[in-house]
Amino acid sequence: MDWSWLPEYLPQFAQGLWVTLQLLFWSVLIGMSLAIPIGLVQVTGPRPLAWLARGFTTVIRGTPLLIQLWLIYYGVGSLFPSIPGIRETVIWPYLREAFPYAVLAFSLSVAGYEGEIMRGAFRGVPKGELEAARAVGMTPFQVLRRVWLPRALQNTFPTLTGEFILTLKATPLAATITIYEVYGIGSIVRTETYKIYEPLLFVAGIYLCLTGILVVGFRYLENRIPKQSRS
Amino acid sequence: MENALELLALSPPGWGGNLLRGLWSTFQIALGAYILGLALGLFGAFGKIYGGPVLRGVLTTYTTVIRAVPELVLILLLYYLGTDLLNMALTSMGFERTDISGLWAGIYVIGFVQGAYSTEVLRGAFQAVPFGQIEAARAIGMSAFKSHWRIILPAMIPFALPGLANLWLIATKETALLAVVGFSELALETKQAAGITKAYFMFYVAAAALYLMLSLVSTGVFSLVERRFRRGQPTQS
Repeated sequence: MDWSWLPEYLPQFAQGLWVTLQLLFWSVLIGMSLAIPIGLVQVTGPRPLAWLARGFTTVIRGTPLLIQLWLIYYGVGSLFPSIPGIRETVIWPYLREAFPYAVLAFSLSVAGYEGEIMRGAFRGVPKGELEAARAVGMTPFQVLRRVWLPRALQNTFPTLTGEFILTLKATPLAATITIYEVYGIGSIVRTETYKIYEPLLFVAGIYLCLTGILVVGFRYLENRIPKQSRS
Repeated sequence: MENALELLALSPPGWGGNLLRGLWSTFQIALGAYILGLALGLFGAFGKIYGGPVLRGVLTTYTTVIRAVPELVLILLLYYLGTDLLNMALTSMGFERTDISGLWAGIYVIGFVQGAYSTEVLRGAFQAVPFGQIEAARAIGMSAFKSHWRIILPAMIPFALPGLANLWLIATKETALLAVVGFSELALETKQAAGITKAYFMFYVAAAALYLMLSLVSTGVFSLVERRFRRGQPTQS
């Protein structure tokens, strides 16, 4: 084992770590926000929307994330330049970056998996609570905002740790579309130093630490949230 | 549209044949890896349950590390480690160095990863078997092996099936990562076809459709198997 290359590449790894964390944060945030309507329409209808949501979660969960990522980056990305006039618009500079495509692909993946969980969470809120909310004269939207959504989110909180870890473990895929996060930096080190094991082990160590931090952090947060009584 | 059909034609110059061959290797790798993972998982689960502190420590490290590190990193590490170890063994015995073929490398790499998840699924299933059944098996004088073979393993299956079905779906999707390492399967065939024809969108949609078909068929098969193994059991809500 020869680690003499490490000091030279540490600044790059720090940058890579920052990219990884950004990917992780935005993907889970956007994905979770998308998951709420996807879960809700499957419980409340209208039917066509419920079918659409159901189809979306099936497709996302039935295909590899790598294919989704490549479909969005190479496939959809290759369609944009053929749209006339798009090069003059303000979004064009973003469309040429790889980062938004990666965030989009990971967000949709989170939305697919977590949408399925949200569906169960919305259904799992006791009927009596919703009836009580209606009985005191809340409008349907108020019921959703004050009772249904908070209760459903409370039930999905424990799954959030898993979702963060799964997404963290998916972020190396972004390296295949030219985003240099931690794993991508590791690949650069491998090609420049001709070392196989040390960079990979270093990268694996970083992910191990990140997962550990996520697990410990969420356990702390979970203990602070009051437990629902199961009566 | 006509253009798409031409590109997907089964015989060259169409690429449909290549995609289907890719799908077949994906299926083979996933199946091999799944079986290897189950074997590792069975060993791991019983090791965790009956093993001494050292074995338990080793297995806990195995399942924790595998489940915390991205699959892509693991695949690369295991691939290099596997070929190096094999070649060391071969050269020390006086044989020539070889390269492992993509199929076998894919199987052992993904199988090793699957083993960690299988261990946890099977351990959970073991703990769900009512203790009275195990006691009853011992009480009528079954040996340790017999009670496991006749009572505990069959009783574990219904509890393990949902988790195992999920693992199979993960295995089929994980094989796509092998494209990054350069093993020929559906994802890599698609990438090559898309790169040469420039019809990126069409080929990735076609690949996604093939993967989706594999997932849906698998889900159907597993629900049939599950129904069969749950027969005679009280229905669960």
